[in-house]
Amino acid sequence: MLVWRTFGVRRFMQTWSEIGYDSKIEGDVIVTRIDAALNWFRKNSLWPMPMGLACCAIELMAAGASRFDISRFGSEVMRFSPRQSDVMIVAGTVTYKMATAVKRIYDQMSEPKWVIAMGACASTGGMYRSYAVLQGVDRILPVDVYVAGCPPRPEALLDALMKLQNKVQHEPFLETLKKA
Amino acid sequence: MTALEQANQLKAKFGDLISEPAVAHGEITIHLADAEKIGDVCAFAKAELGFNYLVDISSLDNYGEDPRWTVVYHLRGLASGCELRLKTNVSEEKSELPTITNVWRTADWHEREIYDMMGIRFRGHPDLRRILMWEGYPYFPLRKDFPLGGKPTQIPEVAFTQTAPLEGGPFVTAPGGKDAVEREPRVRTPEN
Repeated sequence: MLVWRTFGVRRFMQTWSEIGYDSKIEGDVIVTRIDAALNWFRKNSLWPMPMGLACCAIELMAAGASRFDISRFGSEVMRFSPRQSDVMIVAGTVTYKMATAVKRIYDQMSEPKWVIAMGACASTGGMYRSYAVLQGVDRILPVDVYVAGCPPRPEALLDALMKLQNKVQHEPFLETLKKA
Repeated sequence: MTALEQANQLKAKFGDLISEPAVAHGEITIHLADAEKIGDVCAFAKAELGFNYLVDISSLDNYGEDPRWTVVYHLRGLASGCELRLKTNVSEEKSELPTITNVWRTADWHEREIYDMMGIRFRGHPDLRRILMWEGYPYFPLRKDFPLGGKPTQIPEVAFTQTAPLEGGPFVTAPGGKDAVEREPRVRTPEN
């Protein structure tokens, strides 16, 4: 296969050559593996289930608004239905009273699902070391990404989303088949 | 009419039940000797003196003293702008007061919160149940003998609690410290 290497000038061919693709020979077809393709589809359309409980929800709304636009990462709609979402963003203080509801909503999400614990309260209980606050949502849910901050800036949440996308891209396919 | 005049009118009507109004920082506080009469006093305050807004009902735990509970009512007249504070004491063996929901309906939730957090019951309350914690939670969290981190409980299908790790004690700041290092929230003993 011919590989074009040009120095100093960015050409279209240069990127395709990194995956061994030459459009002159193969046309508009990319050959890849199923798990790479599936993970690519999944990571670029992670629809969030916003579990906005407290102040972090405001920053979550800000991330969804136009300046920090979460939909350019594929999280086009904040699906408030757990059946239609992929990632639950727990944004805010989880009290013990609310914990059973959060767990129930997480159980209603369909596989594959991920969880982002946004902010200090969702990660570890935050500044509330008290009788009423669950010390971290990871006591009831498996969390994939933690975001520090009180509240974290929208850019921090987008960085967490990118880390989650990286995690989703490298998820081994057969494991998830067995899980589902 | 200023709040002081209204407090004096209350004292004139109820006599020895009401203490001398104490004035501090521009606020009037009166003590009620018998907690059972709170309904009559509040009804008079609303009907005759124009205190048509109950701002708050609060409670104190005087742990180690008798009577243990102090219940504080904050009244306000929206037309006149006058504010009044009423305090009553309740002993721990009794732990009960008549409700004032028939005077101001907002007392409903305030009294439910006091019941939830302190365990003081209100006789005649239309719906006295927990409002912040859940039904069946066995403790009263804002009492002085309840630890800040909480105690472990478990009610299946409803809620559970665990003790929060306090790492040696509540982290408090020293307000008015000269820089941020001094003001940093940390475990403080009396010397620091």
